[in-house]
Amino acid sequence: MVMAKLTREQKAYKEWADSRKPRPSLGRNIAVAFVVGGLICALGQGVLNYFISIGMSAKEAGGPTSAVMILLGALLTGLGIYDRIGKFAGAGSIVPITGFANSIVAPALEYKREGYVMGVGARMFQIAGPVLVYGMSTAWLVGLIHWLIHK
Amino acid sequence: MAEKRLGEDTVLFSSFPSIIATATTVGKKEGEGPCAKYFDKVVRDPLYGEGTWEKAESKFLLESVRKALEKSRLTYDQIHFMFSGDLLNQITASNFAARELPIPFYGLFGACSTFTEGLTLGGMAIDGGFAQRVLVGASSHYQAAERQYRYPTELGIQKPPTAQRTVTGAAAVVLGKDGPGPFLTAATIGRVIDMGISDPMNMGSAMAPAAVHTIVQHFKDTGRNPDYYDMIITGDLASVGKVLAEDLMKKEGYDVSDRYTDCGVLIYKPDADTLAGGSGCGCSAVVFSSYFYPLLQEEYRRLLLVSTGALLSPTTYQQGETIPAIAHAVAIERNWPEGEW
Repeated sequence: MVMAKLTREQKAYKEWADSRKPRPSLGRNIAVAFVVGGLICALGQGVLNYFISIGMSAKEAGGPTSAVMILLGALLTGLGIYDRIGKFAGAGSIVPITGFANSIVAPALEYKREGYVMGVGARMFQIAGPVLVYGMSTAWLVGLIHWLIHK
Repeated sequence: MAEKRLGEDTVLFSSFPSIIATATTVGKKEGEGPCAKYFDKVVRDPLYGEGTWEKAESKFLLESVRKALEKSRLTYDQIHFMFSGDLLNQITASNFAARELPIPFYGLFGACSTFTEGLTLGGMAIDGGFAQRVLVGASSHYQAAERQYRYPTELGIQKPPTAQRTVTGAAAVVLGKDGPGPFLTAATIGRVIDMGISDPMNMGSAMAPAAVHTIVQHFKDTGRNPDYYDMIITGDLASVGKVLAEDLMKKEGYDVSDRYTDCGVLIYKPDADTLAGGSGCGCSAVVFSSYFYPLLQEEYRRLLLVSTGALLSPTTYQQGETIPAIAHAVAIERNWPEGEW
């Protein structure tokens, strides 16, 4: 992405306009994100504890817990509730795994009208795609460094 | 024939193009706003019984067209041209609505300035003697615009307070050579202005300079002052852009603060969904057609309507381009002006 070069007049206007625009209320947003994000994580912990209580080890319970939280995120997206939570909570509902589910189910729903191949299939990872690409690349890089140090 | 140009960018209409009828169809959120009681029809289902947002938008437009014809007691064959536009790629909402109509059709794209672009061209077609009656339409749809310009509608994100909500709604206006008024008397055609704003979540700031440029040009070309008009109305600068426009006007030496408003500010009750206010081709189209048009019979004698458009696409902002903007001004008056005309 190449940023357009601005003339002096454009720069002056941009600075003036930016200095006057309303700012998001940082305190409120951080507080709400903390509380809602915390609630989602507490719910996840409850699910994890349940799986442990029925005899799984902590390690074994991780997988099914993620599956339950993803299902919940997907379900709330399908019911048209997760976007409202997101509007209210911002990062609080984007960062947990339920937000990841939302980022995949939302485009899948939206582009279903373009068919299962060019719609759902091609565009399901429109939002999550970059996270996956750079997440996997980073994991690969870290793995490589680990291997180089310990070989 | 009278001279039809004035100054650099202004045209004068000389043959009394008149707004014969207007009709509006809007969505639920708009129907809960301050203009609610003025709309002809409020449709609570954003899909309007259709399978896609895009089809729904065409249906909003068609509904307004039919209503406008009904109100003007005209039939399709009496309309010589239709001018209409929207925000969707290849202006399909308008094209697909026109597919259902037996009227010669011009598709317009001026982003959210489309409504006054259409009024200007429609007025010129009548004034040039090429048509007796024309139809001007404009539409937008929140979900259809959201998925094309921004994100899937069900994605849970928080937008900044400078962001605007695309109006779900369509207006249709019938212009005629013979009518009792209000009349289109002059129009100032906007130039594309880019002041370097590149944030698509802050379009008010991008469009304010274009609106001011056109309004100032209008005053220079016509020799009028703000007090010639009872109200100057911009299209969709919303709360962020409106304040900037007012200050920019002051810098140019025109104080409009006592007679200036913006359709993006008027259309919604402010809340977490509407943020800075409304936007979209439908915004100025439905607010003018429902709220201001009847007021031209009562409270206001002269209005300057200035629809404002941000000429960006998802491709251009992803490529780091700034946002060019445009605004077209139309003077609409209850009585035909005397004197120099």
